[in-house]
Amino acid sequence: FSTCFRTVEPLEYYRRFLKENCRPDGRELGEFRTTTVNIGSISTADGSALVKLGNTTVICGIKAEFAAPPTDTPDKGYVVPNVDLPPLCSSRFRSGPPGEEAQVASQFIADVIENSQIIQKEDLCISPGKLSWVLYCDIICLDYDGNILDACTFALLAALKNVQLPEVTINEETGLAEVNLKKKSYLNIRTHPVATSFAVFDDTLLIVDPTGEEEHLATGTLTVVMDEEGKLCCLHKPGGSGLTGAKLQDCMSRAVTRHKEVKKLMDEVIKKKSSYVKCRQVWKGAFPER
Amino acid sequence: MEGAMQADAKIRSESGTESGPRGPACSLRHFACEQNLLSRPDGSASFLQGVAEKSRERLIRNTCEAVVLGTLHPRTSITVVLQVISDAGSLLACCLNAACMALVDAGVPMRALFCGVTCALNSDGTLVLDPTAKQEKEARAILTFALDSVERKLLMSTTKGLYSDAEVPVWRWGEGQVPPSRT
Repeated sequence: FSTCFRTVEPLEYYRRFLKENCRPDGRELGEFRTTTVNIGSISTADGSALVKLGNTTVICGIKAEFAAPPTDTPDKGYVVPNVDLPPLCSSRFRSGPPGEEAQVASQFIADVIENSQIIQKEDLCISPGKLSWVLYCDIICLDYDGNILDACTFALLAALKNVQLPEVTINEETGLAEVNLKKKSYLNIRTHPVATSFAVFDDTLLIVDPTGEEEHLATGTLTVVMDEEGKLCCLHKPGGSGLTGAKLQDCMSRAVTRHKEVKKLMDEVIKKKSSYVKCRQVWKGAFPER
Repeated sequence: MEGAMQADAKIRSESGTESGPRGPACSLRHFACEQNLLSRPDGSASFLQGVAEKSRERLIRNTCEAVVLGTLHPRTSITVVLQVISDAGSLLACCLNAACMALVDAGVPMRALFCGVTCALNSDGTLVLDPTAKQEKEARAILTFALDSVERKLLMSTTKGLYSDAEVPVWRWGEGQVPPSRT
């Protein structure tokens, strides 16, 4: 009977759980799904990472290529992100040019890279005015079950930490670039932006890490991207129900906690060098009543 | 019953008057609003291209969807067409204000009005409201918000740049508190 009720009246079904301060999958309102990260799985890419947030699966592959630096900033390289939501991840997407959701996600990731200064673009320059690196970051969703922005940000961060660029020298006589594949070095990642997404239910209730179904029933969403010093790279709230200042403060403190957990997970996986690490975090107590 | 309502509004902000420093930092530039200027508005979906425009479209659309009482007009398409006439900074906030005024002019039933405002945070921590294009370029962070008129809640927020939440006092408003009035 409960599956019929869930299909016919999904909002009422959810409301009954939310009244008890929990959700149908057993999580509390402030609890994230099990987060899994795996780095270095794509051997043909210069850096890669696979992130699973519950069922949501996102893979990020980074390829480094040569390009001429932009004319107005000859000492900088490029970081070009692209988020792809193919039809295989969910029935809501059709094949063809990128839909609106994919474009918005791409713009979001581009903003996070730009705002957080995760990489100094000057580090990507090989020879000012002549040659620089361009990092193509392709983020592909393999399974869409909500909270795509958090997963994409985490996948991008993990993949960038995994990237190894070979040493390039410019031969003075020929003017050609010589690549030394035996000498590789990691990128200098300056900050670690972590995204935390929330969904607003019935204009009042805030839940963390919404699933696909919860996103569909929600009246609004909010994504906070924070770095380790508590600085905000992005506060993305595309319309939806209004939030008071107090609720925003709650979201920010939750984002700070999430950042610590993600950082711990990242450090563990980097130490073990491309191993499979999961973490299940429990947040005791829902959002305080205001 | 199907129908399509289209409405336009133009909001002009005088671009010539803020080359010098403005008085108190928390003041807005002069703005004017005219409604119902065009009798035969056209669709403009073809003018908008690119990923940044799509992102802006979504922000404006979701903000309008949050306030418009769509249930009173079932099977109706409400198209909001925004044409940028001149950009002197704070473009997204201007678009939001124009969209709200256009919806009012069209007589679309709404839960509340909303307004868009842009803040620029400088490197020394000072906050400037409604920045010009030059001030936006020099700022450390640009924050754009949409606030609703009834409960003074935050409807939409988009930010560019790095800042800490202590630097933005707008989030300190509790429920029922009135934001500081600006002269």
